[in-house]
Amino acid sequence: MTRMTRIWNKNKALWLLFLPCLLYYLIFRYAPMFGLVITFKDYNLFKGIWASDWVGLKYYRMFLENPDFWPLMKNTFLLGMYKLVFGFPAPIVLAILLNEVRKAAFKRFVQTVSYLPHFISNVIVASMVIMFLSPTGGLINNLLEWIGLGPINFMNEPGLFRGIYVLSEIWQHIGWETIIYLAALTAVDPQLYEAADMDGASRLRKIWHVTLPGISPAIVITLILNIGKVLEIGFEKVFLMQNPAIYDTADIISTYVYRVGMVQGNFSYGASIDLFMGVISLIFIYTANLLSRRFSETSLW
Amino acid sequence: MASLILLLVVVVTLYPFLHMLAVSLSSNANVIQNNITFWPKGFDLSMYKLVLGDPQIWTAYRNTIIYTVLGTLISLVVTSTGAYALSRKDMALRNSFTVLIVITMFFSGGMIPTFLVVRSLNLVDTVWGMVLPGAVSTWNLILMRTFFSGIPKELEESGRMDGLNDIGIFIRIVVPLSKASFATIALFYAVGMWNNFIFPLLYLRSPDLFPLQVLLRNLVLAGSASSGDVTSIGGDNVVVEESLKYATIMVSTLPILIIYPFVQKYFVKGAMVGAVKG
Repeated sequence: MTRMTRIWNKNKALWLLFLPCLLYYLIFRYAPMFGLVITFKDYNLFKGIWASDWVGLKYYRMFLENPDFWPLMKNTFLLGMYKLVFGFPAPIVLAILLNEVRKAAFKRFVQTVSYLPHFISNVIVASMVIMFLSPTGGLINNLLEWIGLGPINFMNEPGLFRGIYVLSEIWQHIGWETIIYLAALTAVDPQLYEAADMDGASRLRKIWHVTLPGISPAIVITLILNIGKVLEIGFEKVFLMQNPAIYDTADIISTYVYRVGMVQGNFSYGASIDLFMGVISLIFIYTANLLSRRFSETSLW
Repeated sequence: MASLILLLVVVVTLYPFLHMLAVSLSSNANVIQNNITFWPKGFDLSMYKLVLGDPQIWTAYRNTIIYTVLGTLISLVVTSTGAYALSRKDMALRNSFTVLIVITMFFSGGMIPTFLVVRSLNLVDTVWGMVLPGAVSTWNLILMRTFFSGIPKELEESGRMDGLNDIGIFIRIVVPLSKASFATIALFYAVGMWNNFIFPLLYLRSPDLFPLQVLLRNLVLAGSASSGDVTSIGGDNVVVEESLKYATIMVSTLPILIIYPFVQKYFVKGAMVGAVKG
């Protein structure tokens, strides 16, 4: 019996179990990656991918020369940065606050409630945001009117979109994102708190010198992942919340790709933009990981 | 102090839902006067009668349920078998397969090439287009692999002594031992499918196939009657758009709001395993 047949016989059942999964990855994850050759071709619906003509870097040049290029880059980058700067610390603060609560029942209640919006669909969250901010009868504008301020047409103000988007993201995910920190907190040695008590540390000092160092590996890992995702802002919610009046700030790469590629049918052009951003994203996560490995000994790989 | 801030978090999270419920249950006159906070005024169920009387809602509900049940089943089978194979240290090529899978977490073909693949397989505008392209979530796969790695090897060996092969061991021993993890992953997939909006947007064309999320977007966000705040349906029947929209939102969110307290602990358990082991 050759070595090959021995390996085959030993593994065939496990490979058979793995087969559906393998097929899924090859068909729905890897085939699209190879489909990216259309970014170097003039994709023609009737000729198909392979027979379409090669055009080299035409579509990349087209994107770089497009007057929309810089605004789109800026919008995508700024929205991601806003989300990182304000959205990243929020669950850490909430986790620390939850950790300070002594009554287990109250803590559980707050957790249960704060996880909830994570399970509500983006369509509903976007609907709620737009309706609450509506200038006619929206909850927020009623409140503004009540304290004597005129109605504001929030969803038509380009200057307000980033703030609204980031706030809604925090509202939706803050509770759920505390889970990773709460898990890390359970691993902090209680003796450290007792020792800090002996030294006469105040509550804030204990948070600063015991709690935060205790969860810092979790913080670093989450930070790396989040930096890697700065440019990968979820398509769904931005798409649902934007309207042409606020494209100045609300149009990002993925929504632009959808409009140009899917709606207008410029498959090659749309896919080129997507790939361009994907590569930049990859550089982001690689750099973040490199920096973290150098400065904190924690890294993804 | 900490408790006070946490109480504020609770209020900010729950109030929007209470407000929507209150408006949707109030009489038109009160809605137009904008004087509803968190308790319905002039209790009125007519908006719900209107929403539930709309056949579109029922079609969308049925579609969503079909996609959720079918999609979750397929996802569970593919994910669990794949995760089990990957959890077995003695599987040849295990590391190559793992790398193959992890790469997809950092790089993907993107929206358009994926659409072209789905279209070339003739899955556009079919039920399969909704359930196959997202059948495996890499995150869930890794989570399940972690669960399975925790099962003692001795149990598998005893199965082997009784003459079971690897598939038999998986079905007879591993699956019954992992009911909780199956429940957790099933819930993750089910919620993902219930809330999915991007797949129907990309892969569905005919309104007969639209799930709730697409209908909801068409009714609430892209609603045709968004110019004024009062719309008349059928002449003398005045409908306040706002409460109609809130009622629509409530009708489609209610299932999640109702089952959430009962299944929440499974979600947390799953997320915890993911958080600790990665």
